[in-house]
Amino acid sequence: MYVAAKGGERAIVNSYRLLAERRRGDPAVPELEVRQIREQLRLAVDRVMTEGSLYDRDLAALAIKQAGGDLVEAIFLVRAYRATLPRFGHTQPIETRAMRIDRRISAAFKDIPGGQILGPTYDYTQRLIDFTLAAGGSPAQAIEGIAPPGETPDVAGILGTEGLLEPQTPATGDPQPMDLTREPIEFPAARPERLQNLARADEGFLLAMGYSTQRGYSHSHPFAGEIRYGRVELEFVPEELGFPVVIGEVEVTECQMINQFAGSATQPPEFTRGYGLAFGHSERKAMAMALCDRALRARELGEDARSPAQDEEFMLSHSDSLEASGFVQHLKLPHYVDFQAELELIRKLRAAAAITESGA
Amino acid sequence: MTVLQDSYSRSTDGDERERARCLGLLARAPAELLEAWAAGLGATEFEWLRQPEQGLVMVQARAGGTGERFNFGEMTVTRCVLRLRSGRTGVAYVQGRSKRRAELAALADAMLQDPELAEAVRNGLIAPVAAHLASESERSARKAQATKVEFFTLAHEDD
Repeated sequence: MYVAAKGGERAIVNSYRLLAERRRGDPAVPELEVRQIREQLRLAVDRVMTEGSLYDRDLAALAIKQAGGDLVEAIFLVRAYRATLPRFGHTQPIETRAMRIDRRISAAFKDIPGGQILGPTYDYTQRLIDFTLAAGGSPAQAIEGIAPPGETPDVAGILGTEGLLEPQTPATGDPQPMDLTREPIEFPAARPERLQNLARADEGFLLAMGYSTQRGYSHSHPFAGEIRYGRVELEFVPEELGFPVVIGEVEVTECQMINQFAGSATQPPEFTRGYGLAFGHSERKAMAMALCDRALRARELGEDARSPAQDEEFMLSHSDSLEASGFVQHLKLPHYVDFQAELELIRKLRAAAAITESGA
Repeated sequence: MTVLQDSYSRSTDGDERERARCLGLLARAPAELLEAWAAGLGATEFEWLRQPEQGLVMVQARAGGTGERFNFGEMTVTRCVLRLRSGRTGVAYVQGRSKRRAELAALADAMLQDPELAEAVRNGLIAPVAAHLASESERSARKAQATKVEFFTLAHEDD
């Protein structure tokens, strides 16, 4: 229970000013520009766009600046901003197979058509602090390949033609999915709702839960069938035109996880799948999402659901950083009356105990 | 907006495809190219049918890339509709929050509908934007291609 408490206005206003001063830091050091954050802290921007559930690089960079680098706070700012804008509609589903590839790897097949394209990755860096970055200066330019890039067909498609991999096809009539920004989630949730929830979910939460599936809390034996990162076009049908036009492009990371088999008396065994998708270059997030998506499919694949990662109510109710952070941090709000009631209760209990003791 | 749609219903599929192609290029045109083109235009009068407006579009994706649709996340979009004195209308839906970019894209779209103006817009804006986007795309593809792994076979068992 909370009570309306007056007072503290001046303290709050002064706190704003102190916060602004702290955010700025030493005024002798040049101020960060939003475009510097956008260009040089790209992966932080990508995370804020993914979990803020809004693709806008400049806005995410500004939110990071305003939040003083607290990404969960920046995600909160982006979510609050999006709530102020009207919705024009939805795009056609993006075609990740038509992605303009910046990176594309498979841990399941060495020789995939189009090859293993490493792109910009930290995977093979030695994780030694690079003191030359502190000294400044321009990096060496990226090398441009001589051979024109070839086709990069998706790995799932290649396996699918042999019938070894569970196909992924639209439901009959390709219905519009439920939208969690407009309707609350209900359990049991269908896969489209789960995927929307996971796409917005806190990376740390998904990482830990995905990790738990690898350590034996649900066994799905995953292989990274394909991870691709690059640009996809967005098609939209404006109401004024009535035909689809490209309205922009977004960078996305996609993870196709291939997992151990499911089969039945009527169906031969086939590999099953988990799917991860994130804005920007967000590989850890996309992989963790794919592991969690697969774990949450236990029911529909006829598996026992005994582990936390397979419990959709547990997973989907605790995945959102905004909700989690809000409820944890609401403990900072005044609970003076609640606590007063507890104090009185504990004093009565102690007094009662003292009487019993002295009476014995 | 049904009135507008009716006025386009006379267009053929080919016109529609060409218009969609140009709108797609205009939506991705860098601000500098749009401004450079606009700087060369004389005074062009138009009236707003829909003032530039910032909003959101929900980006949809498919489970596993090909399966059921799901709502993936939103993005910012700015839209506007304008009408030239000739009566030609232009529409823009452009990623991001720039009202100026949307205005110039809609202006170009309207001028492309006018047989007397279309050629100049194609040469002065559409062609340079298409070339710019193609060369950016080619360059980033080549940079990715340079990171393609070449496997070396160290020894063959049957050697």
